[in-house]
Amino acid sequence: MTTPLGKDLLALEPLTPEQIRLILDTAEPFKEISERVIKKVPTLRGSTIVNLFFEASTRTRVSFEFAEKRLSADTVNVAASGSSVSKGETLVDTARNLEAMRIDMVVIRHSASGAAQFLAERIESNVINAGDGTHEHPTQGLLDLLTLRDRFGSLEGRRVCICGDVLHSRVARSNIWGLKKMGAIVGVCGPRSLLPNAIAELGVEVFDRIEAAIEWAEALNVLRLQLERMQAGYIPSLREYNRVFGVTLERLERAPRDVLILHPGPMNRGVEIDSAVADGPHSVILDQVTNGVAVRMAVLYLLAGGAPELADAAKGGSDR
Amino acid sequence: MGTGNRGSGVRHVVLRGGRVLDPSQNLDGVGDLVLADGKIENFWRAGDTTYGDDYEVIDCSGLVVAPGFIDVHCHLREPGREDVETIATGARAAAVGGFTAVCAMPNTQPVTDNQAAVGFVLRQGQAANAARVHPIGAISLGQEGNSLAEFGEMVAAGAVAVSDDGRPVASAHLMRTALEYARTFGIPVADHCEEPTLAAGGAMNEGLVSTRLGLKGIPSEAEEIMVIRDILLARRTGGHIHLCHMSTKGSVELIRWGKERGIRVTAEACPHHLSLTEDAVEGYNTNAKMNPPLRTEADVEAVREAVRDGTIDLVATDHAPHHYDEKEREFSDAPNGIVGLETALAVVNTWLVKPGIIDLATLVDRMSVSPARTFNLPGGSLRRGSVADVTIFDGTREWKVDPGQFVSKGRNSPYGGHILQGRVMCTIVGGKIVHQATG
Repeated sequence: MTTPLGKDLLALEPLTPEQIRLILDTAEPFKEISERVIKKVPTLRGSTIVNLFFEASTRTRVSFEFAEKRLSADTVNVAASGSSVSKGETLVDTARNLEAMRIDMVVIRHSASGAAQFLAERIESNVINAGDGTHEHPTQGLLDLLTLRDRFGSLEGRRVCICGDVLHSRVARSNIWGLKKMGAIVGVCGPRSLLPNAIAELGVEVFDRIEAAIEWAEALNVLRLQLERMQAGYIPSLREYNRVFGVTLERLERAPRDVLILHPGPMNRGVEIDSAVADGPHSVILDQVTNGVAVRMAVLYLLAGGAPELADAAKGGSDR
Repeated sequence: MGTGNRGSGVRHVVLRGGRVLDPSQNLDGVGDLVLADGKIENFWRAGDTTYGDDYEVIDCSGLVVAPGFIDVHCHLREPGREDVETIATGARAAAVGGFTAVCAMPNTQPVTDNQAAVGFVLRQGQAANAARVHPIGAISLGQEGNSLAEFGEMVAAGAVAVSDDGRPVASAHLMRTALEYARTFGIPVADHCEEPTLAAGGAMNEGLVSTRLGLKGIPSEAEEIMVIRDILLARRTGGHIHLCHMSTKGSVELIRWGKERGIRVTAEACPHHLSLTEDAVEGYNTNAKMNPPLRTEADVEAVREAVRDGTIDLVATDHAPHHYDEKEREFSDAPNGIVGLETALAVVNTWLVKPGIIDLATLVDRMSVSPARTFNLPGGSLRRGSVADVTIFDGTREWKVDPGQFVSKGRNSPYGGHILQGRVMCTIVGGKIVHQATG
């Protein structure tokens, strides 16, 4: 079945602005379902979805699971530990076995870049990438876009800076593609040891100083700093990272305008972001989480063949 | 091409009417090449040949008759991984690709790091009755980079070079000692140039594509740092450093620097580094994963130019068969390497000769004359008295690469489905036909 998105959602890089806009527009009516007392519509009744998580994840897995359940799909969660994967089964065998059980969709999170595409090319079911290595995390990118659009109305010409470990971040890549396609101007800021050497070739502004980034930006997407980066020698210490690159209230107060604060979570409070910022008036971090469910519902709906113009009606139910 | 009356005990072969192309003696002319008793007997300009009724005649009209190709760098996997290649299947694949001799890298299991292991490779090669197989011994015991293997005994047993290929020699001191010790026995040290801390965990060339795909990159400098280190060590020691699979523009510039100063440095390039860029990795294609990785267009152009002007002495395949299952997996976990023996001529011909970067004589030089000279091997010439190792090919014939048809056990080729130009029609080793194309 061909949908406006194709068979799978693997990355934002190959999507057109129209496709991204379609997902965001489709997410709008789905937001409301989560506000109901009975948070369930029958749209995906009878569909089976496997959440195949080869990497630990709480937020993304739970968000997908809520999205699936609120659309009435039957879901199964497979975590890497305790599965045949830990017995040495290859990804291709795992995929074939799932396919043999006649599933409709797979949501995959994997530590290897390209794993979602690998799976998608080998099974007929729809595949949704829930994060592959350091490649992309498209639904995170989409929920960030939706959150920014909620506040800004349009992303056209808006200046958004992605701060932190861009080198190892799939969130950063999905954000860069998504934001640029929606007309935003994208900056990145972080220690050069955590920025890809070729970053400027992606068409983004590069800031060495967080102060300069804050002065420039209308929104900051603050990335999580993985503790293992310090052990691997990319930065000398978390303490210095906070002092040089931390997004602090003091720094934000010197900004010429209010700066919207996003963070994909989970946060290291006191490292890349101060609590006063995370919990402050310009933080939209919890809006991101709420929007995450709606965006994922939209993606599931569209890949299942749902007509975008019927999304509002698809909410169905009489419990309005 | 047909063979004439072959009586029993025929020991004379006439390769009739081909374009005989031998850069070792600046020979390029149509005529007949006569082989007798496993040696080159004579070349006769068209029409001048005299030969008896008992000569076997092979019609070579329209074809190029060249000294047999020699691949100084391939992985035949035996002992240890006979499921992916054996010395016999590798030697036969070599013959199909027009190679009359190959050098087998020692990163087998166990490692070919002693005289008995070298003897084993030699014997298996002789039994294969295909391309000649010359063993390369390890530089260090177990290729572990700690202590030197016994070069003297390995050379006496038939090793033609030493290498820890597959792994870099991380210790500059060990490389220095290896160059000095190898000099004693007159053999080259074949060098896998990779600075291990810079390359660690890398899956492809570091650049825009690796950034987009989210794959850890291997910077050019990981190769170039070792290239200059070992050129300098060759200058210090007077040893012969042979730089394997050169892939970057920077490496080419450093080799040029070394050669200008008379340092004993030679270098090879692989067909894939002459034809493909990092873009081939797009879509996480594991058949485009090798080490060193495919680089940028600017690198490919520089390496091509270096093959043309001789800065890079020769073309070698780095033939590296892997099992289907090993390549059918996540990109970062897939092993490095591709098969290359059966496509080498066609790839070099298609990407270098066809566009006019090099002529056919240069191709024959880089694939036959120069490898023989660089590694001091028999062959590489059609002079009277040379071994009768001959490759006959059609430089214009197009064919579609179907890895399923490879004689090698490996199917891991990035050229599957490509239409290439240049086909080996016949391969002769020591006067005996070891491969003849059908149809």
